[in-house]
Amino acid sequence: MANHIKKKSKKEMPPVSTASLPDIVFMLLFFFMVTTVMREVDLKVQIRKPKATEIQKLENKSLVTYVYVGKPTGKYADKFGKESRLQLNDAFATIDDVQSFVIQEREAKDEVERKLMTVSIKADKETKMGLITDLKVQLRRAQALKINYSTNPAGSAEELYTKN
Amino acid sequence: MARKKREVQEINAGSMADIAFLLLIFFLVTTTMDADKGINRKLPPWDDQPQDQQNLIKEKNIFTVLINSNNNLLVENEYMEISELRQACKEFIINNGLGDCDYCDGGLRNPLSSDNPSKAVVSLQNDRGTSYDMYIRVQNELVAAYEELRNELSMKRYGKPYEKLTDPELIEEIKAAFEQKISEAEPLDLGR
Repeated sequence: MANHIKKKSKKEMPPVSTASLPDIVFMLLFFFMVTTVMREVDLKVQIRKPKATEIQKLENKSLVTYVYVGKPTGKYADKFGKESRLQLNDAFATIDDVQSFVIQEREAKDEVERKLMTVSIKADKETKMGLITDLKVQLRRAQALKINYSTNPAGSAEELYTKN
Repeated sequence: MARKKREVQEINAGSMADIAFLLLIFFLVTTTMDADKGINRKLPPWDDQPQDQQNLIKEKNIFTVLINSNNNLLVENEYMEISELRQACKEFIINNGLGDCDYCDGGLRNPLSSDNPSKAVVSLQNDRGTSYDMYIRVQNELVAAYEELRNELSMKRYGKPYEKLTDPELIEEIKAAFEQKISEAEPLDLGR
């Protein structure tokens, strides 16, 4: 036994095998690929979501249409002013564009799934309700009745009682 | 030359890690982690000739919540802090004025408040100047009031909170016992 060890230590140390390193990194890669969602649009409005406790997950991502509401960010602020605006897909839009946009989105979906389409309203918390109400009227006119107010989870209900 | 004959050279897999890292970094940068969460609501269908539904419902069965442009609350014609809204809404729903609701424990049976949970309607009206943040908070409290009532009933009947129920029949039963009736009136346009 002692002889054997002595014999081995005389040899050069073999280099550490890095062959399993790609496997580890690939595992990480797949994890991120599965858990993350591609950023679909380039946000042109600033959105700080309000907080809430009674929230539900949006189930089927492919059936969700997003409407963004907020103040134009940095470079767009000079052009479009500081009033809250709507963004549909990649462009600014007016309230009259909503109806045709929603109908177009619905047409693009599978016929059996059209009824399940949800419109997710991602609005900044400073937005005035006037714009949101106009938006809701347009959605009702477009027969898009399932909506979701996008919010961030709040730690506790008490957090929501303080005005800020 | 002699060495090569003895053992087969291993393919160098060291750069494989670099390639995978590159891909990994690409995905890290292009993706967002935030899952889409929010408050689900259902809008009423659009009607070109809106009927005045409020008139068909008895005044006492309506729980009116008004939010003005300064984000103050007026609930049943009284000023209220948002922290009190949940409790007030719960009391209104389980008031059980007619006494025909056998699961309404602790109902005040106030004759001026709702008859029973199936008749109780929460009416929410805001100003065009109300902030979205406040609107969401109020919505949240109203939904929370219904959720808490469902939870209490589910605990009493099945010893489990409402979210933990698995049998779709039971879920439907509890859901129907306290059906969410939150109606939204057209907003006012005062003091913008």
